[in-house]
Amino acid sequence: MQCKKLKERVSLLVVVLLLCSSTKAENKINATTDTGGGGGAPPSGYKIVTFNWQHVMNPYIISVWIMVASIAKMVFHMSSKLTTIIPESALLIFLGLLLGGVVWAADHVASYTMKPTLFFFYLLPQIVLDAGYFMPNRLFFGNLGAILTYAVIGTVWNAAAVGLSLYGVYLTGLMGDLNVDGMLDFLLFGSLLAAVDPVAVIAVFEEVHVNDVLFIIVFGESLLNDGVTVVLYNVFDSFIAIGGVNVTGVDCVKGVVSFFVVALGGTLIGIIFAFLLSYISRFTKRVQIIEPGFVFIISYLAYLTAEMLSLSSILAITFTGVCCQKYVRANLSEGSATTVRYMMKLLASGSETIIFMMLGISAVDVSIWEWNTAFILLTLLFIAVYRVIGVVTLTWILNRYRVVPLGFIDQVVMSYGGLRGAVAYGLVALLDENRVKEKKLFFSTTVIVIYFTVVLQGCTTKSLVTWLKVKRSEHRDPLISEKLHGRAFDHILSAIEDISGQIGHHYIRDKWENFDKKYISKLLMRKSALKSKDQILDVFHNLNIKDAITYIAEGERRGSLAFIKTPSALQLVNVNFNSNKQSEDEAPTSSVLREDASAICLDMQAVELRRKSLRDCEDVYTHHLLQQYLYKPKKQQKYNYSRHEVTSNEDDAQEKEIFEKTMKRRLASFKSTKHGVSQSKKLAKHYKKDPSQKKRSDEMLSNGGQLVFHDPEFSDPEDPCEFDVISNGGSNFISNVARQALADTCNGIDNLVFIPEEETVTRQALPPWATNNDTVALSQRAQVQMPWSPNNFRRLMPLRLSSRSTDSFLLADIPVPEEHPLSFLPEGTAL
Amino acid sequence: MGAFHSRPDENDIRHLAEKTGFSVEQVEILHRRFKQLSRDEDTLQREHLYGIPDLERNPIRTQIVAAFFDKRNFDKDSPQGTVQEIGFEQFLTVMSHFRPLKLRMTEEQREQLRLEKLQFLFNMYDLDNDGKISLEEYRHVVYELLSQNPQIGNESAAIADAAMLEAARICMGQMEPDQVYEGITFQDFLKMWTGIDIETKMHVRFLKMDNTTLCK
Repeated sequence: MQCKKLKERVSLLVVVLLLCSSTKAENKINATTDTGGGGGAPPSGYKIVTFNWQHVMNPYIISVWIMVASIAKMVFHMSSKLTTIIPESALLIFLGLLLGGVVWAADHVASYTMKPTLFFFYLLPQIVLDAGYFMPNRLFFGNLGAILTYAVIGTVWNAAAVGLSLYGVYLTGLMGDLNVDGMLDFLLFGSLLAAVDPVAVIAVFEEVHVNDVLFIIVFGESLLNDGVTVVLYNVFDSFIAIGGVNVTGVDCVKGVVSFFVVALGGTLIGIIFAFLLSYISRFTKRVQIIEPGFVFIISYLAYLTAEMLSLSSILAITFTGVCCQKYVRANLSEGSATTVRYMMKLLASGSETIIFMMLGISAVDVSIWEWNTAFILLTLLFIAVYRVIGVVTLTWILNRYRVVPLGFIDQVVMSYGGLRGAVAYGLVALLDENRVKEKKLFFSTTVIVIYFTVVLQGCTTKSLVTWLKVKRSEHRDPLISEKLHGRAFDHILSAIEDISGQIGHHYIRDKWENFDKKYISKLLMRKSALKSKDQILDVFHNLNIKDAITYIAEGERRGSLAFIKTPSALQLVNVNFNSNKQSEDEAPTSSVLREDASAICLDMQAVELRRKSLRDCEDVYTHHLLQQYLYKPKKQQKYNYSRHEVTSNEDDAQEKEIFEKTMKRRLASFKSTKHGVSQSKKLAKHYKKDPSQKKRSDEMLSNGGQLVFHDPEFSDPEDPCEFDVISNGGSNFISNVARQALADTCNGIDNLVFIPEEETVTRQALPPWATNNDTVALSQRAQVQMPWSPNNFRRLMPLRLSSRSTDSFLLADIPVPEEHPLSFLPEGTAL
Repeated sequence: MGAFHSRPDENDIRHLAEKTGFSVEQVEILHRRFKQLSRDEDTLQREHLYGIPDLERNPIRTQIVAAFFDKRNFDKDSPQGTVQEIGFEQFLTVMSHFRPLKLRMTEEQREQLRLEKLQFLFNMYDLDNDGKISLEEYRHVVYELLSQNPQIGNESAAIADAAMLEAARICMGQMEPDQVYEGITFQDFLKMWTGIDIETKMHVRFLKMDNTTLCK
């Protein structure tokens, strides 16, 4: 089925492409005729419409390619199964092969191949920048030792071993007669194939989700080994240029020195540009529209500068990303940060798509192929074998020093993850055919190696990982306690190192963090960013917002705003927040409130009378509601002609305000719960006294109205009854409108007194999604848990403790005091 | 330094090494460090630890130092109360909680180690040793933890509350309305840590190299 679908889609693409290439072929003819008569013959008259293909050809073709690639990617992801079996990279290569074949069949010329300049200047930088900018820094630096070992020693080993082994086999004559100078050609070939490719590794491992440590090691290696590869490549290339015989010992020493210069120099360039970028981002407050541009342009400049100085450009741009991320993220406004994030991902995944497709297309060119079975097979074999040997040996050495040793399974995955990719392709395409006579063979072999590793290993990595039961990374919600424990951990570990007198990893990190806080952050961060940069606070804030959004969204889904009045019956957890310290301060108030509460409860009958005129209340309530939420009629979209700023439109502002109001209400209720007084039983007694009320209990309790009277804010001088009725009637009205019997019955049970009578009704009234078989054994309250209040409202919801509730509508009208002890949101964020 | 003249004899060291799982060299290095900290005395006091300059900026150093003098962490016979001074063996025992994993370990050993490490952490939070981390205790630690950032200040209590709620949710699931979550017990604590491989995190690399001279 899916295959068929896919075929259809692919054929569609082919048609598009054919169209495109045939126009091109046509144009060749046109071009030749045009050049003949274009300049000389005067136009026969004014043409209204002219066909200017030549004029737009290049950008047009590029755009069509990008569109084809993007559509292909879209198509691949339409069937969810396809991409889980075959990685996207492999699919794109196949597509490229197919399209290349079509073009070749039409043209008999491989018109589109990936030129090394295209790859190195326009496709690679953004992928590496993306990798650097989103690098989990802590993990990266924590495993830097291992990463460097694999990247440097591993790569040198791979290059040397593959090169020399191939040379050895060549000497035995197994490969037949090759037109090579000697050992150097093989070493050059070995070095360009040595590096594990970041693009391929990201593409494959991203879909597999292995555990963090394993990922960072494979991925970090693939990023950092570039420096080594480039140096080795340059060294051997220039040695070949000098001529194998003329290479002196001094040249070899220079080669070794150049390694350090290239790698460290590239890193240094990266750090310098990261500094520059962070510093600039500190002052971009007024030009928010171009703010994201700085990130890209300065990083790209770092890449080009390193390239200009013949240093490792990949290292440069990686380290720009790695080093600037902390400061840039803190400095940029939220909108810009999002823009950067999306731009980065767009560019990276876009060029990744193009690279893999181009890898496919470029291979369809008969003129560049040269087949040598022995050479190709042996290369494949050597690459695989030496990768395994390298990984196992290096891991063995590393494990003697690593605190967390890498296990056998990790080693298997690491060996298997040695994917070669576009970097090798770019390097082999750069070879000078005059110097390296066997360029065609090298090229063919490289392409085969890339296909073999990306397609075959890429496809099987996932099943291998599953089969070996490699520890996967878990995606879970960040918990505050986790963050707190993590923070505590850092301090504990560095303290232990201090006490035991060891200068270890934690010691260094601790010192660095202090240094960073003291000097670097002060220099590179905006003052406002400095204040609110604590991560724990961020997590806390984000979780709160997430909760609030879910809460509101769930309520809206129900089509009613009654959810705002969710009474405390939905409490899932109760924590005794009534801590000693707090209660000391607040004991007087709460006792006062308690008295107040009972006094007001007596007024219930009066309130009841007024409730009868429900219609009035509805009107009042509607007015109240409109005033609160729809305070302005929706205006026509205001067009904005300014190029320098984006103003949020009216709708957004309105939504935001509604959201903020709700948040405020939640926070206010948070505060009120701190008294933690249990009053439901007392309350129940009041109701018992009034038998007539029992009948109406269902209706009345649904409003949570009775609980209003216990609100601490109630002692406010404003007319309480008025609002009371409003809110009672109002929510009743709303729930009527919503035709949700659920809320009524559920909340009715809130009052324990009525449980016996209501029980059966409740069960029936529960909508199917609310009846959860798992919770049968739980209490009444648990059973009637509202479907729209999932457990994860924990940070906001539960704080309205067990028996206390608050009238949200009421609270909204009361300004939250400034000295609110628990207004935990950072200033200027949500409130 | 002059740590060597009061060096314990070979047997003692070997005995300690076996008991705590450190290598003989590590024990010797730690012993030198111990002597350095204690100003060549046989016992170590709180003041000695507070005197470490690098520790000064550590926001939870009170807790950490207290852990060294907490009998729960080294005295298996009467795990209660605190002491005023500790000897080298106790010092070593506390340190041994931070030993890294060995390459070859059975699952049981790992689990054991995990429990030990978590118990140590738990003790650090549970100030009054009632087997529960009460909200008050939690707030206290969180307050100190975040005290370096002046902006958080008041919010630390809210954050601790939120963390406590999280704990309650994880450990108790849905609760009865009038049930009150009093505090995190050790069992709850374990539950919260499931999925986080603490045994790979809570460790310090104890070098075989002596660099006591570098640290003050």
